[in-house]
Amino acid sequence: MAETKEQKRPLSPFMIGPYYRPQMTSISSILVRITGLALVVGIGLTVAWLLAAAVSEEWFARVDWVVTSWLGKLVYVGSAWAVWYHLLGGVRHFIFDAGRGMDSPTAEKLGWAMVVGSVVLTVITILVASW
Amino acid sequence: MRYLTTRKRAEGLGSARAGTEHHLAMTASGWALLVLVPILVFVLARTIGGSFDEVRATFANPFVAILTALFLVIGMRHFAKGAQTAIEDYAHGATRAALIMVANAAAYLTIAAGLYALIKLAI
Repeated sequence: MAETKEQKRPLSPFMIGPYYRPQMTSISSILVRITGLALVVGIGLTVAWLLAAAVSEEWFARVDWVVTSWLGKLVYVGSAWAVWYHLLGGVRHFIFDAGRGMDSPTAEKLGWAMVVGSVVLTVITILVASW
Repeated sequence: MRYLTTRKRAEGLGSARAGTEHHLAMTASGWALLVLVPILVFVLARTIGGSFDEVRATFANPFVAILTALFLVIGMRHFAKGAQTAIEDYAHGATRAALIMVANAAAYLTIAAGLYALIKLAI
């Protein structure tokens, strides 16, 4: 009864796989967190670029070299998808908060809508950027 | 029947005692970002890759500058609060405290650097 020995228990994020079957709802939710955190890279690069533009032409040339490199393009295409996915995830939060779409078929459809919607919006963003 | 609003009943509950405040802050900033982010994504899509003068001219525009300033303050506080929740889920003890400080410092540094750049471009 009075056992106070610390127990080794599985922690929630590492449940996926061996103990917990991945589902549309859980994976689409985890991706909201990952995209939100990852956006710090694109925002950081953009603020560095803006700061360089405000400081001098020499600094702008240096940061713009990174921004327009293949790595910079990869960051921006990734950030475009991440920002649209995260935004649609937020919209889903508002829908769930209103008490709607909580049944499994609708919740799964909302997850797929986030995936498809974010890809479509990313393609539109790339088209707007390159036209 | 208790003469309390549902919000008043929920505040201060949960292990962290701040869940309601956090949820409401993320919801309010979320609505603001839902308006700001699409506009800024398309402004940036048209500006990134542009010349020194083009970039300076875009951010010297008062509408773009004000929307960017609002995004920096609201967006980076939204980021810091979200990052803090993620850190609290996975890190513990001194590591947790240090990571929360790093996340908040990064958010404030981004806000400060961005606002400085916008003011410099505006004047």
